[in-house]
Amino acid sequence: MKNENLYNYILGIADNSLILGQRLGELCGHGPNLETDIACTNISLDLFGQVRSYFQYAGKIAGDGRSEDDIAMLRKERDYKNVLLVEQPNTNFAYTLGRQFLFDAYHLMFLRELQKSTDLTLSAIANKCIKEVSYHERFSSDWIKRLGDGTDESKAKIQEAINDLWMYTDELFHQTDADKAMVAEGIGVDVTQLKDAYYNYVSEVLEAATLQVPESKYFHKGGKHGIHTEHLGYILAELQYMQRAYPNMQW
Amino acid sequence: MSEEQIKSLERQFDERIARDEKIEPKDWMPEKYRKTHIRQISQHAHSEIVGMLPEGNWITRAPSLRRKVALLAKVQDEAGHGLYLYSACETLGVSRDELYEQLHSGKAKYSSIFNYPALTWADMGAIGWLVDGAAIINQVPLCNTSYGPYARAMIRVCKEESFHQRQGFEIMLKLANGTPEQKEMAQDALNRWWWPSLMMLGPTDDKSVHTEQSMKWKLKRKTNDELRQQFIDQTVPQADVLGLTIPDPDLKWNEERQSYDFGAIDWDEFWQVVKGHGPMNKERMKARVGAWERGEWVRDAAMAHAQKKQERKEKQAV
Repeated sequence: MKNENLYNYILGIADNSLILGQRLGELCGHGPNLETDIACTNISLDLFGQVRSYFQYAGKIAGDGRSEDDIAMLRKERDYKNVLLVEQPNTNFAYTLGRQFLFDAYHLMFLRELQKSTDLTLSAIANKCIKEVSYHERFSSDWIKRLGDGTDESKAKIQEAINDLWMYTDELFHQTDADKAMVAEGIGVDVTQLKDAYYNYVSEVLEAATLQVPESKYFHKGGKHGIHTEHLGYILAELQYMQRAYPNMQW
Repeated sequence: MSEEQIKSLERQFDERIARDEKIEPKDWMPEKYRKTHIRQISQHAHSEIVGMLPEGNWITRAPSLRRKVALLAKVQDEAGHGLYLYSACETLGVSRDELYEQLHSGKAKYSSIFNYPALTWADMGAIGWLVDGAAIINQVPLCNTSYGPYARAMIRVCKEESFHQRQGFEIMLKLANGTPEQKEMAQDALNRWWWPSLMMLGPTDDKSVHTEQSMKWKLKRKTNDELRQQFIDQTVPQADVLGLTIPDPDLKWNEERQSYDFGAIDWDEFWQVVKGHGPMNKERMKARVGAWERGEWVRDAAMAHAQKKQERKEKQAV
């Protein structure tokens, strides 16, 4: 493939939305109330819409007839490049929300930079996504504050979720070889530059929510290189089920 | 109020309905009208919410991204319908929490069709095509019903439902024109959803206890049997377009009636499901009650937070 770095770079971005969208999709109809149910479904819907734009572009870059669905649903476990954070399970609403906020805060900063990409398609996609993700971030940060500064029970639950998920945040700022190549070409976002602003902002929200900012310095990584947690296999089993059971059909 | 005064109010009320005037939340209404509307609107709202489950169950497994997005949007619409129907119901002086309580305790009913399992992807097509199709037949007349908030909610609901119905038909069309395996999947889904869809239009007229009063209040414009016939007459040609066979050997065009004759419906099955013994009744309620109970601490936190915010605001004002 001529543009392999660009192809891998797009997958690195889109797989986060794909896997997070899939996780949120599990919850549809099971939310704590109708309003949050609608909001989580809506976020999932936005994320899959974004995934389609990215994968349609990636298909063009690949230039071998691969469709958005082939890319989304017919890769092997080790070929998914999402960060570990987004594949973490919906243990309870605190984990769902904590995961969402820790990702949204990053996602928004990332898209702001991606808008400046010299690749016009990526810049246009970022421009479209940023409106949606601003809403996601407002929703999740508001809920962090509600749960943190709500009841003793909600505070304990969201604190536990943030503490457990914290170890997956550092990976957001790691770079793969494709990332580095794309940054050098002015196409990609240098995520290492976002790290301080991210932790500052996240700490601000956690403090406003009367929560403790975790102090742990132990982090996990691997997702960007296809080394995932055990959760991913099950996510893919559902995501890929139809395409695997009924190959080469139109739906 | 004296009996005579009430009679006079009732007379005026009946006249307003006869003139096709809308009844609004603050208007006087007979207690029976209020209760009947709470029952019907909440039953409708509950059906939307429970109806999210069989389709929600396929979101993670949708065969393509395009279908996944469309299914998410559809289930989200259903939640939206639930939301505005509950709101319409609340204008009659009942809270959403009370309505949930009625659903969870089994006191309130929801459409029995959602007590059937969604087993294959083709069920997403059949549900949209048949179940939403039957729902539209039931619901379009409600856009002109006498209670204003309900009628206005239904106008919005119907627009989206007809979109869902076309979407379901399109899923079926793709399968019917696909590989033999896909066509078989579509036929199997039609076989399983056909009879429950006919039952969705309610018991036969001689067994329907609410029809007469509901017709008077324009909560109903046609009887169950008329609606069922309309549904069948409209759906059979669509099945022909799909090249699928309706699982009723007695289905036959009646030249004289200009309608289809159809076979006997298994009403024992209908009543069994209504009474709580369908294939999925227990699972559906378990899912709803479970979500509600698991969500309690979240709702409590939101309330507590809003209160704290309000208190802080008041303190600042002082």
